[in-house]
Amino acid sequence: MGREGEVATQLLRAFERENPGLRVRVEQLPWSAAHEKLLTAFAGDATPDVAQMGNTWLPELVALDALEPLDARVRASRQVDLADYDPGILDTNTIDGCQYGVPWYVDTRLLFYRRDLLAQAGHDAPPRDWDEWVRMLAAVKQRVGRDRYALILPLNEYEPMVALWLQQGEPLLRDGGRRGNFRSQGFARTLRFYLSMYERHLAPPIAQTEIANLWNEFARGYFTFYISGPWQLGEFRRRLPSELQSSWMTAPLPGPTGPGASIAGGSSFAIFRRSPRKAEAWKLVEFLSRPEVQQQFYRLTGDLPARRSAWADTNLAQDPQARAFRDQLDRVRAVPKVPEWERIATELRLVMEKVVRGELPAAGVAEELDARADRILEKRRWMLDRRAQG
Amino acid sequence: MKPSRAGWLFAAPALIAIAVFFVVPVVAALVMSATDFDIYALASLHNLRFVGLDNYVDLLQRPLFWRALLNTLFFVVVGVPLSIAVSLGTALLLHSRLARFKGFFRTALFSPVVTTLAAVAVVWIFLLHTRYGMLNYALSWLGVHPVDWLGDPRWAMPAIVLLSVWKNFGYNMIILLAGLQAIPGELYEAAQLDGAGPGATFRHVTVPALAPMLLMVSILTTAGHFQLFAEPYVMTQGGPAERTVTVLYLMYQDGFKWWSLGSASAVAFVLFVFMLGTSLLQARMVRGAGWSS
Amino acid sequence: MVVLKRPFASLAVNLALALTALVTLFPLAWMVSASLMAPGEASTYPPPLVPRAPTLANYRLLLAEHGLLRQVANSLVISLLATGLSLAFNLTAGYAFAKLRFAGRERVFRLVLGGLIVPAQVAMLPLFLMLKEMGLVNSYAGALVPWLASVFGIYLVRQYALAIPDEMLEAARIDGAGEVRIFVSVVLPTLKPIIVTLAVLTFLGAWNDFMWPLIVLTDHDVQTLPVALAALSREHVQDAELMMAGAVVTVLPVLLLFLALQRYYVRGLLVGSVKG
Repeated sequence: MGREGEVATQLLRAFERENPGLRVRVEQLPWSAAHEKLLTAFAGDATPDVAQMGNTWLPELVALDALEPLDARVRASRQVDLADYDPGILDTNTIDGCQYGVPWYVDTRLLFYRRDLLAQAGHDAPPRDWDEWVRMLAAVKQRVGRDRYALILPLNEYEPMVALWLQQGEPLLRDGGRRGNFRSQGFARTLRFYLSMYERHLAPPIAQTEIANLWNEFARGYFTFYISGPWQLGEFRRRLPSELQSSWMTAPLPGPTGPGASIAGGSSFAIFRRSPRKAEAWKLVEFLSRPEVQQQFYRLTGDLPARRSAWADTNLAQDPQARAFRDQLDRVRAVPKVPEWERIATELRLVMEKVVRGELPAAGVAEELDARADRILEKRRWMLDRRAQG
Repeated sequence: MKPSRAGWLFAAPALIAIAVFFVVPVVAALVMSATDFDIYALASLHNLRFVGLDNYVDLLQRPLFWRALLNTLFFVVVGVPLSIAVSLGTALLLHSRLARFKGFFRTALFSPVVTTLAAVAVVWIFLLHTRYGMLNYALSWLGVHPVDWLGDPRWAMPAIVLLSVWKNFGYNMIILLAGLQAIPGELYEAAQLDGAGPGATFRHVTVPALAPMLLMVSILTTAGHFQLFAEPYVMTQGGPAERTVTVLYLMYQDGFKWWSLGSASAVAFVLFVFMLGTSLLQARMVRGAGWSS
Repeated sequence: MVVLKRPFASLAVNLALALTALVTLFPLAWMVSASLMAPGEASTYPPPLVPRAPTLANYRLLLAEHGLLRQVANSLVISLLATGLSLAFNLTAGYAFAKLRFAGRERVFRLVLGGLIVPAQVAMLPLFLMLKEMGLVNSYAGALVPWLASVFGIYLVRQYALAIPDEMLEAARIDGAGEVRIFVSVVLPTLKPIIVTLAVLTFLGAWNDFMWPLIVLTDHDVQTLPVALAALSREHVQDAELMMAGAVVTVLPVLLLFLALQRYYVRGLLVGSVKG
């Protein structure tokens, strides 16, 4: 998908040379439509042999029984070495005890910030925990005044809030993914923290579409902190003016009591059960999992390799801005591995947007979200109960 | 071949196509709306359950459904009269004896109708851009501050109304123009002799003569407006703050994003009922006002 | 309407028309203008009306790198096939309902007309599942299914076919011509204007169609232009000039077709609205 799709063709030429007789047809999809399209492809019996998929989509396709378990192939493989992957990332590929994906590249969320603006507010190092972070945000806000902000938390994204919630260390769904866990202490703490950002005017109550151009606004200091992912490394380097290139930096996400966890994201390779060419598809997966190929992929796209050994010998090892990612990836956690998770996260985003815009009171949010989550999960409960009985 | 057999043979292909690809799916949609057809059912029909009216009841309890209904009704209630007013106005202008270059104007005013909606929606995304869009630039000459058309919850749907009026007014304009041209000249001469001014002529000659056509235009335009989908899909993805989620957008999202096909079918039928209801309502209202000839 | 010499009124009317035409045409003109601008030129303040140095770079980028040529072909093929199929199905049916007596003809026709009140989208979800079972998702055939027969098309043809003199048909029958022969040699030539109308309406409709192709064509390779353009716009939300080039490529063919065959298109519009 996206840029990766564009680049894949180059990588695959080498694969085709190594495996004469095998040709790879690459289909590129834009990210925004990819999820829908994969499901439609499944519904239309038109699945590919192998697909790149967001780690959060794996549970859905597993529930559809669309994917091939890979444990046996992984164990037998000399190229794919599980010890070379971050445990948190591998966890996203393991559903009901079986491994369904091999991580391709990794993704998480952490802080991007203007260190010059932070220094002007009196802080030379990024925050390590929530208290420190709030102090820094307040200091920045005081300096920049009414029309600018310390942080941006776009209302159309649920990832920042989910990342903060994951830091609490409790499951986001309880009872084996059968019910919502919004009425937990952890969520209450996260909700308080998240809402206080808007209440104290540290973050503007807007969606990302309301900002004309994110990078221009970052350049002019409209906000100092931003929670985003690895693709921004390339975007910042490309779109920010050259005089600003030494003024921005990344830092791991601060947690409640120290460096915190973040979302285990990224993309993996999965092989479809209906494919008549699974062995060849596996060869392709192995090829793309080689450290050298992972490094080449990184050089072409800027996406962070899933294999830790691939980080050495590349700019990544020396890249100061990528270092925070290496650190954060040691503390990533998976979101609930149920097909309904994305829908529940969307409901979270919808409700939070209403609360921030003042259309819904903050009290009762937890109950409302649990009610919505429970309704969404009703079918799953029924299916799990039925499976347990029969 | 006897003519009667020929009749069936000639009509059969079309009738079969309509039966198989329209009637059967519509009936199936009704049945599906009484089940909880979802992604699990897609994998295996064993996972399907019959739920009766539960989908409909659930819909009524979903805030997003009411929001979608409200958004759609806003679009209909504001967009239809505005669109028809502009159509009637331009039709009157084109009908006037004083107008020149009628052929050119007619073509020019009609041209947005034939353009591809998805493409012009993309064009309007940029025309409505807060900073670089032409609309805000033009408004700035009038001293109006830039409006965040697609990002401000208050202005997103009005912006879509604007796009819709621009795109569609030519359609009804042509129809109403034909209607105006069909009004017998004697009616106007009689009004002239009675000393009626342009306003009175309009109210007592033009409008009553156009009434049946206005009703038909109104019903068709309302039906079309209820089916708003492409603009929110292309321009705003239902946002900001769900202000451009329409009933069809909800159906698409429920059906093809979340694969809750049972629930989506219920949405489709609710839409159908609304459309039918408003058409009948409009027909009754006009009959009540005593205009039907 | 009796007209006196009214210079002010005349100026007012024509000025109003001119201004309305200007506002109406402006977005389309800007679309073309921006498509010829250098990348990034449109996103400057104050926004330019015309490109400083017109360039075809965006078109090259679009067709070569983004491969939109494939989608142009898809749109063309699907629209042409839809037109052909629609003509085949609707002409025969419309003629049958107008001129061929068969039992229950009027009742069936009224039933068919009744289908007009049901919005097409109600059928889309089950139709998708049906086509999935038939293996037609992601194929031209899947996209063509809604165009096979249309209630409006049948109605249109029937309206015009009613005007064919019965004597002409009777004479041909007496001469021993079979029904098919009559249809091809007598009816079709008479219906030529409505054939063009139906063809234009169908082609335009199929080219511009959005929701159904969005649902049934998921593979980039078979997508039509409107769907591909929508997908492209999500990825290139900042690149105005590129998107305008895409919009021009999508809109220009139908605009030109309309300009060439206006008369027939408008006639099709009016058939249901104006009596006779």
